[in-house]
Parts: sequence; C-alpha cells; structure tokens
Amino acid sequence: MTTDCLHCGDPVPQHSEGGADFCCKGCRGAYELINGLGLKTYYERRVIDPDAKVLRPEDDVVKIDYRAHINDENGLKTLYLMVEGIHCAACVWLIETVLGKQDGIVQARVNMSTRRLVLKWREEALDPNDLIAKISALGYRLVPYDPCLLNSENEKQEKELLRAMSVAGFAAANVMLFSVSIWAGYSQGMMESTRDFMHWLSALVALPAVAYAGRPFYRSALTALKARRLNMDVPISLAVLLAAGMSLFQVINGAEHAYFDSAISLLFFLLIGRYLDRRARGRARGAAEHLLGLNAVAVTVLSEDGNKTLLPPEQVKVGMVVLCAAGERVAVDGQIIDGISDIDTSLISGESVPVMAKVEDKVFAGTVNLSAPIKIRVLATGEGTLLAEIVRLMEEAEAGRANYVALADRVARYYAPVVHLLSFGTFIYWFFFAGVVWNEALLNAIAVLIITCPCALALAVPVVQVIASGRLMRQGILVKTGTALERLAHVKNIVFDKTGTLTLGRAELVNKEKIAQTDLELAAALAGTSKHPLSRALCRALPHIAVKSGVLEVPGCGLQWEKVRLGSRQWCGLAEAPLSDGPELWLDKGDGVPVCLQFADHLRPDAKEVVTRLQASYQTHLLSGDRVEPVRKVAEELNIQDWKAQCSPADKCEALTHMEAALMVGDGLNDAPALAAAHVSLSPSTAIDVSQTTADAVFQGDKLKAVLEVLGVARKAERLIKQNFGLAFLYNSVTIPLAIAGYVTPLIAAVAMSTSSLVVIANALRLSKGKVS
Amino acid sequence: MTSLLYLIPAMLLLGGLGLAGFLWALKSGQYDDMEGNASRILYDDDDKPLPPEEKI
Repeated sequence: MTTDCLHCGDPVPQHSEGGADFCCKGCRGAYELINGLGLKTYYERRVIDPDAKVLRPEDDVVKIDYRAHINDENGLKTLYLMVEGIHCAACVWLIETVLGKQDGIVQARVNMSTRRLVLKWREEALDPNDLIAKISALGYRLVPYDPCLLNSENEKQEKELLRAMSVAGFAAANVMLFSVSIWAGYSQGMMESTRDFMHWLSALVALPAVAYAGRPFYRSALTALKARRLNMDVPISLAVLLAAGMSLFQVINGAEHAYFDSAISLLFFLLIGRYLDRRARGRARGAAEHLLGLNAVAVTVLSEDGNKTLLPPEQVKVGMVVLCAAGERVAVDGQIIDGISDIDTSLISGESVPVMAKVEDKVFAGTVNLSAPIKIRVLATGEGTLLAEIVRLMEEAEAGRANYVALADRVARYYAPVVHLLSFGTFIYWFFFAGVVWNEALLNAIAVLIITCPCALALAVPVVQVIASGRLMRQGILVKTGTALERLAHVKNIVFDKTGTLTLGRAELVNKEKIAQTDLELAAALAGTSKHPLSRALCRALPHIAVKSGVLEVPGCGLQWEKVRLGSRQWCGLAEAPLSDGPELWLDKGDGVPVCLQFADHLRPDAKEVVTRLQASYQTHLLSGDRVEPVRKVAEELNIQDWKAQCSPADKCEALTHMEAALMVGDGLNDAPALAAAHVSLSPSTAIDVSQTTADAVFQGDKLKAVLEVLGVARKAERLIKQNFGLAFLYNSVTIPLAIAGYVTPLIAAVAMSTSSLVVIANALRLSKGKVS
Repeated sequence: MTSLLYLIPAMLLLGGLGLAGFLWALKSGQYDDMEGNASRILYDDDDKPLPPEEKI
C-alpha cells in the first residue's frame, strides 16, 4: 500500500530516499524546514489546484549567484526576484514568513499577481544565497530580474490611465449632478442667474478634468497627425476639446446650453474602455514575460588557471572556454574541446532525437547539453551565433507585418474626414444660407461633432477585444498583440510545425506490453540516474522504481551497472542498422540477448480531432525540420495532404509567402522566423522564449483544442465588432440630421450618447458566454 | 436657494476628498497586487506594519 508524500502529495515509492513518509529527500527537507520554523499551518492553508502540482524541491537546479544582482537603495540591500511555483496565497504567506523570520530582513513582499518578490535587508553580512537557498529548498524557483527593464513602461501607462480615469469619473459624476438640476430647470423654470451659476460650476470642475484626463488621447492624436495619418483619437480629441471650448464661450456669454457633461462623460467612458484594454493585454504580456524571465541563465567561464566565473552571456568573448553542465542550455556557438555528450538540437532543427557530440564537434547556442559536462571553445557569441542569425531572419519577417492597420484605425480613416466635412458643411449652411450669427452657426457645427461622438465607435473594438481576451485567458490562452484577434478572424491557411506542436515534443515508451516486467524494471532502475530524454521517458512510463546505485553513464553511448547495459545499438554490441521509425533504447542484461525498447513522440491527445475539424473550414499544412519518415507518418495519421519535411527556417518563411492569410502554429527556434512572417501566429507555452515573444498568442496545456477556441473566439469577435460598427452608424444616421438641423440640446446629446455606448457594451458582452464554433 | 451656497462646496469637497484618497492609494502601491491582497486578509498573523522610516 502506498502512502502520499507529506509535502508534495505524490505517492511515496518503495525504498524512497526520503524515508517512509516522503517521496524524495527534497520533500523531506522542505517539510522539516517548514516544521522547524513552526509554520505547519501552511499545509492546512494551502489549496492545491489538481492541475498544478506542488513543485518538488530539486537539488540539481542551475545555481545562480544572487550577490551579483543586489541593488543598493537608500542604504538597504534589495533583490528583485521572480518566483516560480506560487499556486495559492498560502505560498505567498510561507515565503514571506520564512524570509521574515531571518534576522536583518526589512522587507519580504511577494506580489501574487505578478509573481514577484522584493527582498530588502540591512546587514552587510547577510548572504542572499543562503536566504534564497531556504526558499529553493521549499521547491520554489527564484530568478533575479531587472525592475527597470521589465514591464515598467507598460505599468506606468496603465497607472496613468487609471489616474486619468478616476479624475474623469469624479468630474463626470459632479458635472452630471449640476446638469440634472439644469435640465430640471428647463421644465420648472430656473432663474437665469442660477443656471449661469450652475454652468460656471460645471466649467470649474470639467475644464481642468478635460485638460488632465484627456492627455492620453491628445498625445496619440498629435502623434498620428504628425505622421499625417488619422486615427480614432483625432475625432475624439477634437470633439472633447471643441465641446469644452465652445461651452466655455457659451457660459461667458450667458447662453442657454453648455456641453460640459457631454465632453467629460465621453472622456470617462472612453477611458474605461482604454484602461480595460490595456490591463487585459498587460496581464497577458506580463504572464508571458514571467515565463520568459525564468529562462535567464549565466554562462560558466573557465579561466586559464582553472577558476570558474559566472558571466552574463553578453560578456563572453570569442576564444574563451565555457563549461556547460549536463542539463544546461548552451549559450554560445563553439567547438567542443573536452567531453562527450548528447545534444538536444530540437529547438534549432526540429529533430526529436538527441545527437551525440564529441571533441571537435560544433555546438550551437540554443541547444541543450543532455548527458555530461562539456568544455566548449567559443567561436561566436551574441550577434554572431546561429541563434542570432535566426532572430535576424525573424525580425526581417516581422517588419513586413508592421504594416497591418487595426480595423478601428481603418474605420477612422474614412470616418474622421466625413464627420469633419459634415460639421464644416453645417457651419457653412447656417452662416451663409440660413443667415444666423457666426457663433450660433458654430454652435450647430460643434453639435454635429459631439453627436457623432465617436464614443460608440471608439468603444466598438476595445470592449469586444477585452471580453474576448479575458475569455481566452481563462482558458490559458494569452493574446499578446492588440490586432491578433482581428488577424485571426481572416485566417485561411493553418500551418503546423510537428515536434512540440502537433506532438507533445517528448518521447514515450510504446512497446511496454511486449517486454518482460522484470526487464522493464531493471531498465527503469538504471534510467533513473540519467537526464537523457529517453531515460526520463522510461522513468515516466514506470514510476516508483527504486534507482540502482553505482550506475555509470557513458555519454553518447548509454548506461552501465555491473554487467547490465542500457543504451544505443552499438553500446549493446549490435551492428548498426538503418534508422527506424523512432528513437530506441537497448537493454543488455549481460546475457548477450538485448531487448529493444521503442519510443515515439506522441501526438497531442486531441490533435486528430482538432485537425479534422479545422479541415472543414481551413487549408491545413505541415512544415517540419525533422526527417521525412516521421513527418510522413504524422501527416498520414492526421490526414494532412500538404506536408514538407527537412525545412530550414528560411524554407518555412518562403513557403508561407505563397499562402494567403496563414496562421502559423509552432514552438521551436526554427519556427520563429515563420511565426513572424505569418499573418498571425500561435505557440504553445512549452516553446522556446524567442518563439513565445514572436507569437501573437501563447497557449498553455497539452491540448491542441486551443487553436480551435482561439479561431472561434476571433471569428465571433469579428462579427460582434462589425455589428457594433453597424449599431454606431445606425445611431449616427438618426442623430446627425437632428444635429445639422440644430435640434440637439445637451440633454438629447447626453441621452443619445450613453444609450449608444451601453448598446455597444451589451452587444460585446454576448461574447463572454456561450459556445463558439 | 441659499442652501446651494454651502451644499455645493460640501459636495465638491467630499468628492474631491474621495478622489484624493484614491490617487494617494494608487500612488502608494495599494493597487499593485489585487489578487494577493484579497487573500492576505484571511491570515490573522501578527502582521506588524513596517516602522515608518522603512515605508516603501
């Protein structure tokens, strides 16, 4: 009977290193640390999400020297860290309390929304590495970040919008109160002096607010005008400023009508939309950045006297010797001068089986060193690496896409001149033909500007997008760019990458049934000591097998324990054979009759279903960097007619240029240029950082269904946006004639404006629930 | 109508106080972590405030 580990809740394997109650030494250490500090309530407080496992403390994580990242702030030592593994508020409490119990700590504060920790302490003697080792021992991973670089621009803008929104909200509420009494005064007979007094009060509140809260719009409008373009913010700014300016003029002259309420509530509504939009996208981008930041690594450089120093990748120079530990990502291009290992090149080539690398072989930045430490002489760094080459290719491809103009701006291009002409025409008509005084003619002209108020139009797109991205975010899909949804709605072709996109990107044991149980257990017991993906796959297939001690790993060949060998064909004394379908391992128990363990990279569980459903409305394609055989197999299994194997990154870009409105779904570095070149792109959250940054949206989880969902939501969003535009135009076609005829009073303007905005918002809300096809 | 003379300034003052309070809260970082703060109040530890000079 198995028991559950007291720390992580996984079943405890037999002969566990951690004793009877724990699955491993790490969990036991974490439990003892928590208990020792008297924080046992953590286990009662935590709420474990069944999908997100408690992180198990690992002893083999890449060591970071945190001392290099200390900032000095007002005499306090400060460290900014990103935390991986926070799943509920109890984690926040645990981290803060454990750190808070250390002497000298002044502040330890975790921000749960952004998963960041700020640590401040006073004493010089306190070693941050010790502090952080305690948290790492609990199973969290901490990575330093630079607070100036990360997200600060975005946060600043978000805060500015929030401030502007609160000011506009305050002013709108108060001006509305004055306006209600003025409107009431029309019917009940208010004294002129009282009305003017109320108007003056409105001006007092509204004018500073308009000047302050409108700045985000004015700035954007000015930028657009400077570039000789028109965007939605131009008519908005013009309407607000003219309405406020004209009202002031009216009030000075003691006139009957003033439009302060229209001007300020227009701003308030628009700022709500703008703020929500910014926040939804900021959160998606923040989450994506968080995933990326965790990959930050330092390079271990060996100096001539044998000393090791950790340097950031940009400080490494050609000719230096770099040590790359097993399991680490290679950060430079270079040549191996010592050691043999297996290199996982899947991110560059798309090839799923690791290749053996020995002295004199070349390795490239972005690949992962799997089995043994190697020393590399640096041949190229930073800009000179193959990785940078691919990134450049990607940036070129991206430049082409920058030409896409958002739907709202395309509408504004036609809409703004029409409105401005109408307004000008109204002035001409009243002044020259109807023969009224100039300021009355101007009043009517401005009424046209206000009533065609871009409110509904300006809200039409952002409200729908906010609701759409909120809905997608709940399903683990992060939409990062503003126009991604619009572009997704026009997709005609869908291009998939194979490894890691259609497949899970990890090998699984396939012939488990055909092998004797004792052989399997023996193989797994050996494999437990190795980091090679096939060994890992074997351990996943047979969990809870006690690991043998004294297993020797021979890089590039396999494992040996006494007379038992586990590894490649040659390692078990067999002749070289033609490449088979998938990777394989051989087990030789010393009796000379090796057993073959076959592996395959499985398709995502719902790949078949999703591709079939996509084929009903889209053309599907498969472009892979892998060998012909595995690609053909996947293409046949999924019934994708158009497939191509052994594509270089440039080939993929080239293929995309012949397709109309293509959606690229890919994860590897070799896909990154294609992701940038495609009309729109999607990548799984297991993808390499460069791809995630490039892709318009990132999806989490094992299911490919996200592709269907994202396309469905995008199409529905497109439909709703068009409906919203329709509603806004319908409303305008009724009110513009009224305004031109000079019938619009502030009361009519206020009612018409709020109803049109509410209708647009209500229509957009339909997206939050219900099924999308 | 004379009641307006003190009601309106009172209204503006109260509204203005609310606005100032909100802007202060925003500036002092109280809106930075909505998710964390929502659950933090559930733990009744001795969460002592920072000494005044350490306030961030």
